Amino acid sequence: MQTVFKKTPVLTDAILHYCPGCGHGIVHRLVAEVIEELGIQDRTVAYVPVGCAVFGYKYFNVDSVEAAHGRAPAAATGTKRTDPNRVVFTYQGDGDLASIGAAEIVHAAHRGEKITTIFINNAIYGMTGGQMAPTTLVGQKTTTSPYGRDENHCGKPIRIAEMLATIEGSAYIERVAVNTPANIVKAKKAIKNAFECQLAGKGFSLVEVLSNCPTNWGMSPVESMEWLEKNMIPYYPLGVKKDITKEV
Amino acid sequence: MAKKLMKGCEAVAEAAIQAGCHFFFGYPITPQNDIPEYMAARLPKVGGCFLQAESEVAAINMVYGAAASGARVMTSSSSPGVSLKQEGMSYLAGAELPCVVVNMVRGGPGLGSIQPSQGDYFQATRGGGHGDYHPIVLAPSSVQEAVDMMQDAFDLADVYRTPVMILADGIIGQMMEPVEFHESTSKRELPKKDWAATGWSPASGRPRAVVNSLYIEVDELQEMNDRLQARYKIIRETEAKAETYNTDGAEIIVCAYGTVARICKSAIAICEKKGVKVGLVRPITVWPFPEKQLKEVMDQPSVKKAITVEISAGQMVEDVRLTVNGAKPVEFFGKPGSYTPTAEEIAEYIMKSREA
Ligand SMILES: Cc1ncc(C[n+]2csc(CCOP(=O)(O)OP(=O)(O)O)c2C)c(N)n1
Ligand code: SF4
Ligand SMILES: [Mg+2]
Repeated sequence: MQTVFKKTPVLTDAILHYCPGCGHGIVHRLVAEVIEELGIQDRTVAYVPVGCAVFGYKYFNVDSVEAAHGRAPAAATGTKRTDPNRVVFTYQGDGDLASIGAAEIVHAAHRGEKITTIFINNAIYGMTGGQMAPTTLVGQKTTTSPYGRDENHCGKPIRIAEMLATIEGSAYIERVAVNTPANIVKAKKAIKNAFECQLAGKGFSLVEVLSNCPTNWGMSPVESMEWLEKNMIPYYPLGVKKDITKEV
Repeated sequence: MAKKLMKGCEAVAEAAIQAGCHFFFGYPITPQNDIPEYMAARLPKVGGCFLQAESEVAAINMVYGAAASGARVMTSSSSPGVSLKQEGMSYLAGAELPCVVVNMVRGGPGLGSIQPSQGDYFQATRGGGHGDYHPIVLAPSSVQEAVDMMQDAFDLADVYRTPVMILADGIIGQMMEPVEFHESTSKRELPKKDWAATGWSPASGRPRAVVNSLYIEVDELQEMNDRLQARYKIIRETEAKAETYNTDGAEIIVCAYGTVARICKSAIAICEKKGVKVGLVRPITVWPFPEKQLKEVMDQPSVKKAITVEISAGQMVEDVRLTVNGAKPVEFFGKPGSYTPTAEEIAEYIMKSREA
């Protein structure tokens, strides 16, 4: 019999706790496959966030550290600086990275910290039950913006990829989405580029992944992917925002 | 080795390096800037890394990451900065990670002053952050003592897998004293850090490392807390340290730590001249508090009362009261803010208190 699909050994056999149709599971697989393909499992350390991906240490089959809310880029810095040969990545949600951890991510980029960040933008606080995030779209209803996000009250959503691309220390920044098979293939390529950027010692790399939260968006998985396409991608344009890896 | 005149902060930094600490993450704040500055100059020369973090929050989390990967690591700050480190300290305690945190205490609350203070005693000894934990807290009273305790501070952290704090009033950091560096060797058997996240594969011959303080199941969290409490019990029973001075047959016992304890010694000499025998118990570890040592001294029939002297509104006095447990009166002398009492003022209080 011909094997057409094999689970990467960089994911453990633990059953994912994510809701059905949630993008977190897809991104876990992409990250793990990239680690396998690059042959770096034995020197990779994963930093998981506070958010729905808090149990990431059960799934990524690499040495793993759970960081305080938003602090993963600082903590990952500690692991990287004590042995630059390690490959260190953080996996963070939008509440974790764009709100409470805004300083830590900006300064990891500012230092050109040679780590890779996988940033899951699902426009909401998933784990705590669907509160507004800095990335929540204008008009989007959440439990703490029950009438829809009002830009006069709490501003317009923050575009992390574009913002970090302005920082000199950022070497590779791309925004992708996991709403269609074609976009998932592109997402994996971006993640690979980001890790390769770290391996080449070029500087800070980040992939912003537009993802969904069917549970807290109050949608079926299919509806949520359509909503992402229709509402998130126009505000958060996909593509490479910064790439100095090709410069010599 | 010959004695060298050194500022406390620099001496502490050098002692840390000699104790094998090659990683430092910190943020500027007076009166401890000489520590990061010294580290910035020295660490690159010994193959280590100094990094100025964007905040104390980031610094302590860098410490968390370095410790999670098995490095000997340290940060330092002063009161407002140490407040910011409390979240990280709680995570370090919960994830059972070793590190050393130096607090050169200044006046508070709020922005307070940059003069010395002992107002962070509660924060340091009670845990400071959320949850049931304590760092081990060492309180040097001279630059030499601070130097001498650095090796053991790191060793204690490794043995008990806990943050260790050096709690020093800002005088210790800013004062210059002659110091001698002895060859730093560990007096303890240090456990292997086979739990550290350094990179793993199925061929690594150890379980995959997970450094974590999340225990979502009630019994798992209970188990972790039981483990911590069992460790704290051993620490309380075996690691409490105090200096006793002039206590045999004393009428009054002064209890003070840090620089204040040295001023108390001068006060004791003044009282002695007036024919009053006063003794001193100086906690060297403030957590664990040296209960046994203090109780033994206080139990002497000659002792009428204890007087606690602090640069605070009265914090350690609570531990003294808990230890004496109503057996004899416990009084407090001191002021909050940064007001450091003189030997004469302390002696005057002691003499008046005797008449009262
Ligand atoms: C200091 C602190 N504040 C608040 C929380 C509560 N909290 C847990 S997860 C979370 C938000 C997570 O949202 P996000 O980062 O977007 O991740 P998602 O669950 O959407 O993947 C918050 C606020 C916490 N654990 N710690
Ligand atoms: S709450 Fe949302 S983000 Fe969290 S697992 Fe469920 S669908 Fe995914
Ligand atoms: Mg989110």
